[in-house]
Amino acid sequence: MSEHIATGVTADAELDCKGLLCPLPVYRTGQALGRLETGQVLRVECTDPGSLADFPALARQRGDTLLSAAEEDGVQVFYLRKGAA
Amino acid sequence: MTAVAGPREGAGARARDGTERSGAAAREQGDAGRTRRRRLALVASKGTLDGAYPPLILAATAASLGWEVGIFFTFYGLDIIHRKKHRRLKVAPVGNPAMPVPVPTLIGALPGMTAAATAMMRGWMKRAKVPTVAEFLDIARESGAKLIACSTTMGVMGVEAKDLVPGVDVAGAAAFLDFAADADVSLFV
Repeated sequence: MSEHIATGVTADAELDCKGLLCPLPVYRTGQALGRLETGQVLRVECTDPGSLADFPALARQRGDTLLSAAEEDGVQVFYLRKGAA
Repeated sequence: MTAVAGPREGAGARARDGTERSGAAAREQGDAGRTRRRRLALVASKGTLDGAYPPLILAATAASLGWEVGIFFTFYGLDIIHRKKHRRLKVAPVGNPAMPVPVPTLIGALPGMTAAATAMMRGWMKRAKVPTVAEFLDIARESGAKLIACSTTMGVMGVEAKDLVPGVDVAGAAAFLDFAADADVSLFV
């Protein structure tokens, strides 16, 4: 699993949402977080530009923590820590 | 944990660590500490292919955010949950000035034009990997969204419960309003 250099956080799971449009990145991320334990970290890659606005909203509404959001070469990378269910 | 967050979500991420008490952080804590799930109440009133997507997308998204979701399918919107018709929803070129190739209304009324417009939109959706209406209905049910068929529409249009996709509740406006009264977001689509 890849390690996020800035945070030193290692992802417990990864999800590839490249090429998918809203609502699929959010939907699949919600499903993937549902399979994790509280405190575990999910790394998600997206290409829908709306994701940069959607993932902070997803984390806020679900009660998870968005550790980081970054965009490189048209790919958005998010690290989410699952909150208490 | 040292949270290094992007520009927009910084306040929220740090709020969890108890190191910041900005307005945004307080709002975030409020959301996280909610005792009741947020609720979305939708009325789906259109039976066209383009009219079916917005409520289904909103419902799938809200469910992904952990919200409780109910969609009241009324009038032509009932076709979205009709066992047969939901696979044959169409785009109307007549009276639709937003078509990518503007079609004069009289031309749009010719036989085959509705089928052509529908095929075009289905093609866009498929290329963009957007789920079909049937797939969105599966997503809605799997995520626990309430699909509510308007009983008046069923009576007016001669639709019976067996004509609808599985997992649908039949109810009237009072039952929907009772659900919507406690909703955080209510939209008529």
